[in-house]
Amino acid sequence: MKGRPVPSVLTGVGAAALSVVVAWSLWALPGCSKSSPKQAPRHITYWEKWTGFEGEAMDAVIDDFNSREVAHAKTDPNYAPIEVEKVTISKIEQKLLIAIAGGNPPDLAGHYSFAVAAYADHGALTDLGPLLAKSGFDRSRYIDHYVELGEYRGKTWALPLVPASTALVYNKRLFKEAGLDAERPPSTIEEFDAYAEKLTRWEVTLPNGETHLESGYLPNVPTQRKRLVQAGFLPGEPSWWLYGWGDFFGGRLIDGPETISAANPANIRAFNWVASYSTKLGVDLVKRFRSGFGNSSSPKSAFLSGKVAMVLQGVWIHNYVEKYAPGLQWGAAPFPYPADHPELANTSHAEADVLMIPRGSPHPEEAFQFMQYASTQAVLEKLCLGQQKFTPLKNVSDEFWHAHPNPYIRLFRELGTSKNAVGIPQTGIWNEYKRELDNAVDLIQTLKQPPAVALSEVESKMQAALDRERKILARRAAQ
Amino acid sequence: MSSSRERSPGPALGRKNRRNGVLFCLPWLIGLSVFLIYPLCAAFYYSLCDYSVLLPPVFIGFDNYFDLAKDPLFWKSLKNTAYFAAGSVSLGLVVSLGLALLLNSKVKALGLYRTIFFLPSLMPVVASSILWMWMYNGQSGLINTALRVLGIQGPAWLADPAWAKPAIVLMAVWGAGNAMVVYLAGLQDVPTSLYEAAIIDGAGFFQRLIHITLPMISPVIYFNVVLGVISGFQAFTQAFIMTGSTGAPERSTLFYVLNLYNVGFQDLRMGYASALAWVLFVIILLLTWAATKLSQRFVTYDR
Repeated sequence: MKGRPVPSVLTGVGAAALSVVVAWSLWALPGCSKSSPKQAPRHITYWEKWTGFEGEAMDAVIDDFNSREVAHAKTDPNYAPIEVEKVTISKIEQKLLIAIAGGNPPDLAGHYSFAVAAYADHGALTDLGPLLAKSGFDRSRYIDHYVELGEYRGKTWALPLVPASTALVYNKRLFKEAGLDAERPPSTIEEFDAYAEKLTRWEVTLPNGETHLESGYLPNVPTQRKRLVQAGFLPGEPSWWLYGWGDFFGGRLIDGPETISAANPANIRAFNWVASYSTKLGVDLVKRFRSGFGNSSSPKSAFLSGKVAMVLQGVWIHNYVEKYAPGLQWGAAPFPYPADHPELANTSHAEADVLMIPRGSPHPEEAFQFMQYASTQAVLEKLCLGQQKFTPLKNVSDEFWHAHPNPYIRLFRELGTSKNAVGIPQTGIWNEYKRELDNAVDLIQTLKQPPAVALSEVESKMQAALDRERKILARRAAQ
Repeated sequence: MSSSRERSPGPALGRKNRRNGVLFCLPWLIGLSVFLIYPLCAAFYYSLCDYSVLLPPVFIGFDNYFDLAKDPLFWKSLKNTAYFAAGSVSLGLVVSLGLALLLNSKVKALGLYRTIFFLPSLMPVVASSILWMWMYNGQSGLINTALRVLGIQGPAWLADPAWAKPAIVLMAVWGAGNAMVVYLAGLQDVPTSLYEAAIIDGAGFFQRLIHITLPMISPVIYFNVVLGVISGFQAFTQAFIMTGSTGAPERSTLFYVLNLYNVGFQDLRMGYASALAWVLFVIILLLTWAATKLSQRFVTYDR
């Protein structure tokens, strides 16, 4: 024997490791053992954008699916179970594109419905059509609006998972303080404006230096003498849907896939209404008031801190109140419509989280099987209840309604099914369009440009951008 | 036999030396070509294409560059960036040189002061941006609170198009510690004999500053200005964190690289973004060249 002897402990470890390897290979390699002819699991990767309780709700669904697959494999030895692994990704909009471009995408991704058009235009998605046809997919089970969010240019690119909608959300305590009936929120824009005036409060400084609180817009009190302490309504709070005020006046941002219609009369009317709040409250006074607010999902946000009485908010406001402002008495109602357009009642911004199979997905069939699983009523109800939203399906079980913690869940769902539920315009240039609109709304709210001028500029610029994009698509198709 | 070997190393050894030289340079050469020259060339090729990353590029000639000349956002972002670079470089120069002069004197606890003024430049831009967002808060921010004590109603800094850019420039000056350290090193290199001679000749502080200090550290100033201009034109993080990707308010903080990021990574117009990147490259190249030309007149390397 040459050299040092191997310590017996190590040989023991080595022998144990070897036996484990042998045992594993007997178990795992098909055909190696006659006693357990199990198939190796089919592993698929799912990219998720949610963390927190929303992420946990998805975890529960995935766990159920994986154990169902394992159970299936136990009864049928020839069945290779699918195993879904969830990977949480921040900034999924960009990272998913980079992964697809790099040829290494996940098998399945959870995304937002507004991304569907741009992704489809750039060829980043798998057309679900053939898979849906083969599986006997019943489109009519879904609420029309939400299933349409995944459809673009005549093809289905994504299936809705967890939907959302927006409504007028108001602070009941502030209503009562202003002498308003907290159970009777405004239904028309005109009524809404009157409410907003009553809910606006100022700290007024008298010439002798004394201060007191006053309600209304106080046009006769000079700017230096008043400080806004509570607003009935600020069109810029929260700032998520600045582009979307036109929807409540019947305006649309696109007119079919080839025409930008930012400057249509209904949109101009809407943004004149937005600007009217800057005129009534004063641009600088609002700026100063707003600069003290925190992020929209924080206790210092305009609504949760009780600084703004009425806001346009989504179904998730219930979670925000629970988390950041427990005890806040809030109510919800459809956002008001202009009195001369009663047909616009129940207008709502309605978007959804969607499931999509990226182009180049290594296991599209398996990914689709999970999608199918996640489209059944029981699974969707479990997931949507966990995320405290409503389901994208027409049928809803009684248990779902009973178990749901959000007192206004039926209202939010109804708004999602409304014929006036509006999604983000399906156009490949949405990111660019949104930035342009945000800037225009900035100019409108600071009264630097009249809405008609600002919106016409957006329209001509974005029409040029859309034409450019269509030219690129055509050039590519010609190649 | 032995003498002939000593006379010349012979062709074999020369080749070996050359080969070893190349081998030693290779890691750097590979790095340079893979991570710098190739991306530079690839970006130039893509700038002549429609390219969304997801699909193969389609060659379109110089269309992207023509579009760029007509793009108001290109000009707006270029103006904003030039403002920021000019402001941060000039203010930064004055502040960091001033601090260096102060810290070059003989006071107690000098090391402590030097550390204190250098500390901010160690902070990541993202963290300092968030910190400054709080300080710039129009209502409860530290700056406006301090101004109120003096009886001044401060602006809503980041929400006001007239103040947002100056606010970001001010924040850049806060991180002047890096340049300060370089100036300090330069100042300590100035021979004291020159000052002694000048004092004997009766020169005052400002005469010494203008006739001795500045000429002696002119190479350091040149170095700092060039670096400052380059980093000024690459400003991105501050605006992205503090005012969002639209460059709000009213695009007053839409910097060149922010616009490039929007176009490339949000709109997936990588061809156009590559054209923007190349134009920026040429601009920085020209500015550096101009600085070098100027430096030949003003910078003294002779000791």
